[in-house]
Amino acid sequence: MSVTGALARPAQWRRRWLWRKGMGLLLPALVRLATLASVAALVLLLVVVARDGLGRLSPDFLTEYPSRFASRAGFRSAFLGSLWVMGFTALFSVPVGIGAAIYLEEFASRNWFTRIIETNINNLAGVPSIVYGLLGLTIFVRAMALGPSILAGSLTLALLVLPIIIVAAREGLRSVPYSIREASLALGATRWQTVWHQVLPPAMPTILTGVILALSRAIGETAPLITIGALVFIAFDPRGPMDSFTVMPLQIFEWLSRPQARFHEVAAAGIIVLLLVLLAMNAVAIALRYWFERRRLW
Amino acid sequence: MVAPEEVGQGPLVKLEVPAPPAGVERRLEGEETALEVRRLSAWYGSFRAIKDVSLRVPRHRITAIIGPSGSGKSTLIRCFNRMHELVPEARVEGEVIFEGQDIYAPGVDPVEVRSRIGMVFQKPNPFPKSIFENVAFGLRINGFRGNVREAVERSLRQAALWDEVKDKLHQSALKLSGGQQQRLCIARAIAVEPEIVLMDEPCSALDPVATLKIEDLMRELAQEYTIVIVTHNMQQAARVSDYTAVLMMDEDRAGHLVEFGPTREVFTNPKDKRTEDYITGRFG
Repeated sequence: MSVTGALARPAQWRRRWLWRKGMGLLLPALVRLATLASVAALVLLLVVVARDGLGRLSPDFLTEYPSRFASRAGFRSAFLGSLWVMGFTALFSVPVGIGAAIYLEEFASRNWFTRIIETNINNLAGVPSIVYGLLGLTIFVRAMALGPSILAGSLTLALLVLPIIIVAAREGLRSVPYSIREASLALGATRWQTVWHQVLPPAMPTILTGVILALSRAIGETAPLITIGALVFIAFDPRGPMDSFTVMPLQIFEWLSRPQARFHEVAAAGIIVLLLVLLAMNAVAIALRYWFERRRLW
Repeated sequence: MVAPEEVGQGPLVKLEVPAPPAGVERRLEGEETALEVRRLSAWYGSFRAIKDVSLRVPRHRITAIIGPSGSGKSTLIRCFNRMHELVPEARVEGEVIFEGQDIYAPGVDPVEVRSRIGMVFQKPNPFPKSIFENVAFGLRINGFRGNVREAVERSLRQAALWDEVKDKLHQSALKLSGGQQQRLCIARAIAVEPEIVLMDEPCSALDPVATLKIEDLMRELAQEYTIVIVTHNMQQAARVSDYTAVLMMDEDRAGHLVEFGPTREVFTNPKDKRTEDYITGRFG
């Protein structure tokens, strides 16, 4: 590296020249490394899981119940359990979350009371999930006497993801310019008509992304469901919201905690299924987002 | 800024006020009243932006509100259809009489007020929807029972936009030029058939050609609607309006009315010294 190139400035401009050049090269290399490290971790995870689990993956794996024998163990009850729980979780958390966001953004007046609510919601998003498990155990399982049922599990997970949905939905609503609301109100629209017809549609892509993120978190949760007493070994299909249940991460956890290496392969296969479901959920989110963005004409 | 030594050396701007057509000398006394403002004051929290404004807005005429920045022009016009109170901690005192009813009386629904007194904003703000949907929205939410298609076409024609958009009614309104967007906003406002259309600096974001189109349009619309326009452009007020109200502020920064009368009179023979200084460009 020559200090004085063809276009070099005179010496009084060359203070710490090497240092500046060096940092200019070093720091971009470091941030690139940081990106590679996270991608490498993901790739490593996929390779290890695929190596252990792909051989164990078959149609039978999804149709068989769990078993004492690793060769016969299946994912059926956990897969169905996750579908049930996710369905009810979405049913409770999405309308309540979007509703709360609409109230806070569009209707509530700014005072100490709404500020306390806002602060609380933001903090709730960071509460460890096992705390929600204890809450679910106390309220849904015991006080409301729902037992360790699909309903109790769903309500617990709904509470867990509610703050995430509220925060994302508020973000979406806030991204719609105030001038749109003014235009609508000045035409004689009520506040509700304004929100429903003009604010919510353009906010939808952001809101949906938040919803899917929240549900992706819920589908991987294990701790709160163990806390409320979800079973780990179920050899029947859940038939209704009051049935006892297990979910995919719980079943994987159970398999991993067994000493036999064959069960660890079964667990790896379960992880592949869980990842595929997650991937599918994200694909749906992207598709919905795309669809809504095409309808939003800006 | 004008250098101090230049102040007081005669008008800096000579305003051309077009002579009214023969026999149409405007006189406030002979006009019907569309909106009567009585001792109106408006606050933002503890800051009083408007102080004791009283005036009668004549029916089917164009009334311009002019005045220096910060004199409360926009605040005043937003009090005419209860848009002012949408700002947190904003409040109003006084009366605004519309069709014999004080719109601030208890029991009056601001939603109803706004559907009868429309508004066009400073920056064109079409909905992120199609051109058609922009105009149809007001009809739908106001429970319009007639033919929506015909009403949309009628409004777009009235806003002198139909010929430019008739082949792309279902394209995004945001693809239109700024001037077209503003005419779309006017079409949207008149689609719900208001009595009064309030325009808050409707041309300040537009180029001169688009501005002239909107001004022509306002003259057309004044045959059917009462128009109130806020403008910081005195030439525009002189060109387009029948009556002019001048707002000024004192040391307490609250805007108040210093002059109101036929535009020609206000510009050629102002009663108030401050109006004269303002319209001749000595300050503002």
